[in-house]
Amino acid sequence: MRGHLILRVVSKLLIPFLLLFALYVQFHGDFGPGGGFQAGVIVAAAFVLYALIFGLRATQKIIPPALLEVAVPLGVLIYAGVGVLTWSLGGNFLDYGMLDSHDPSHGQHLGILLVEAGVLMTVSSTMLLIFYTFAGRGR
Amino acid sequence: MLIDQFPAIVVAVPLVAAALCAIIRHETACWLIALVVAFLSFVGSATMLGQIKEYGEPLSYKMGGWAPPAGIELRVDLLSGYLLVLVSLIASAVLIYGRHSVRSEIKEGLRGLYYAMYLLCMCGLLGIVITGDAFNAFVFMEISSLSMYTLVALGKDRRALAASYQYLIMGTIGATMYVIGVGLLFTITGTLNLVDMADRLGPILDTPAAIAGMAFVVVGLSLKIALFPLHLWLPNAYAFAPSAVTAFLAATATKVSIYLLMRFIYSVFGFGFAIEQTPIPEVIMVLSLVAIFAGSFSAIFQENVKRMLAYSSVAQIGYITLGIALANATGLTGSLVHIFNHAVMKGALFMLVGGIALQVGTVRLSDMAGVGKAMPLTMFGFVLGGFSMLGVPGTVGFVSKWYLAVGALDNGWWWVVALLMLSSLLVLAYMGRVIEVAFFRERPEGAAALKEAPKSMIMTAWVFILACVYLGFDTSFTVGVAEQAVDVLMGGAQ
Amino acid sequence: MEGLNELAFVLGGVNHWITVFLIMAGLYIIVSRSNMIKKLVGLSIFQTSVYLLYVSPGKIIGGTAPIIIEGAEDQLYSNPLPHVLILTAIVVGVATLALGLALVVRVNEAYGSIEEDEVYSVGDWN
Repeated sequence: MRGHLILRVVSKLLIPFLLLFALYVQFHGDFGPGGGFQAGVIVAAAFVLYALIFGLRATQKIIPPALLEVAVPLGVLIYAGVGVLTWSLGGNFLDYGMLDSHDPSHGQHLGILLVEAGVLMTVSSTMLLIFYTFAGRGR
Repeated sequence: MLIDQFPAIVVAVPLVAAALCAIIRHETACWLIALVVAFLSFVGSATMLGQIKEYGEPLSYKMGGWAPPAGIELRVDLLSGYLLVLVSLIASAVLIYGRHSVRSEIKEGLRGLYYAMYLLCMCGLLGIVITGDAFNAFVFMEISSLSMYTLVALGKDRRALAASYQYLIMGTIGATMYVIGVGLLFTITGTLNLVDMADRLGPILDTPAAIAGMAFVVVGLSLKIALFPLHLWLPNAYAFAPSAVTAFLAATATKVSIYLLMRFIYSVFGFGFAIEQTPIPEVIMVLSLVAIFAGSFSAIFQENVKRMLAYSSVAQIGYITLGIALANATGLTGSLVHIFNHAVMKGALFMLVGGIALQVGTVRLSDMAGVGKAMPLTMFGFVLGGFSMLGVPGTVGFVSKWYLAVGALDNGWWWVVALLMLSSLLVLAYMGRVIEVAFFRERPEGAAALKEAPKSMIMTAWVFILACVYLGFDTSFTVGVAEQAVDVLMGGAQ
Repeated sequence: MEGLNELAFVLGGVNHWITVFLIMAGLYIIVSRSNMIKKLVGLSIFQTSVYLLYVSPGKIIGGTAPIIIEGAEDQLYSNPLPHVLILTAIVVGVATLALGLALVVRVNEAYGSIEEDEVYSVGDWN
């Protein structure tokens, strides 16, 4: 992809904003439409764009597939870990209110933040892994 | 109290363990984790069932502390406790059994992931049973199905891939039909909690939306169950999946969908409407009888023994759904008992065939000549399992067929009883073929010497075979629980 | 007047008509095509119909996001539950599609074809 100057410049400009937008969607999930699923897909889209312009190998240098294969279950573990944490604090599974002993609504904020972080991790790495798997097949 | 947390533990721990296995990927470590977790789920389920049986109160768990009907409720009553015990029991047993056959059938790098998928599938199946929320059931159904498609595709033959694809298409159509039905019911009731939905549906059951929703749910679940004309995915998926997966799939996946169908017909729509005012029992009745005969006939002409047992599963599922269609307490008891009995005997038979696949290399009938002499334990177990399928008194098969026959007589349907007897002859035909080839034919000259299958495989299978006989005499667990569970199901209506 | 009633029936349920169309179109593609990828496309369309079925009744004209704003507690809001459910259903759909395509890739490598007629006629299925 040496020749496509416009594509390369535009994508280089776009990718930081894509990631920024993903973070906005992620953290705005508490107050409006948004959350880990959507943000995860946008993060993955940024990297897929990078892979389309600069090639699969360059992308795999930044994020190796082995890392993604760990990140997928790790996100699930973060999610479930919050549930186990609420268990250990004496509440029901995923009862976020338990996470803050003074004010349940603060606990819920924290719980959602953590869970959404896990979702972001799993969704973005799953999407990227799907892309890697299909794009890297037959080489 | 710890037991209050059991409903969540039973589902959440397999999920956590699946993620752990996917990170660790070391074969033995993953196997150990899976075994411990499956056993833990079994102990948890059995404790809950014991508790419910003693106090007669269903356990209700508020997921995330949100009260139902707004929050997701995990609900364990006698019926779901019974299924939980079944699924977790089979899951643990198949893990012990499957160690060797997984080694021989699945590529080395994939074995850790195999256990991760296995746990995920178990989590999904347990989740379908335990949840009290219609949409949550769909999510768990897809978790179990997607992992099951992957497990089926791990078969060493390329036909496993095509079978898995077929299963994926049919399974997804079924699940989507189910979710369309739930969507229609949700639109008119505004709730997803099954108990709450039943309450709110009561006065508006006659509306077109409710009837359409019911039709979609029943058809979708019938696809998952593999009720006769919708069974086309089943034989190939069973035949070409790895042996351990086949044993697990045959013993649990369809049973769990049958549970959900019973829940919807009896608890949500209610006996008074679904059975008395719609043609559901008649339709299921005809399809079940056709399934019994068509399945058994197809089984007679199979060359591949796994595929033969798969067609026999289609027929046996017909017996189970026949109990639903009989719609009286005895018939339904027979159906519930047969869920457990069929899981035990078909699980055992598939385990034994898995041992043959490991030692002989194929499961084609023509290659099994003389196997009876070389692998006496395996084939003797197969004979006993065959007796049980046939319904010989003193085996579990007899118990469930007895209840079904009595249930049919209660309705005055003597011809159903006659058909049931006739169908046993077909079982004799296909099981007899295998036994004839294995015992009364000589192994061809120059064929490699055969040994018994590894001990862990034989022992697990034999535990199940012995259970077939034991549960045929001592029916206090299966029939006892089933009768009380039927009261739960029919109780809402009468 | 009767014509008007029928018109209202057709136009008022337009979201349902589209849902029905998508269900039928999806199922037809699954049944009629033998190309495995086209079948998956049909399956996706079939699943998409569910999204519309759930989301469209949840929308209230003039309704906003269900967040309490101080001073305007009694404002009209859309039911958030269908959206959340469908978010889950979309994820399930994506997972199914990805797994299905992965299987098709493997089938293609193993059989050299993705036409069902050819795949299922090769070799001994018994």
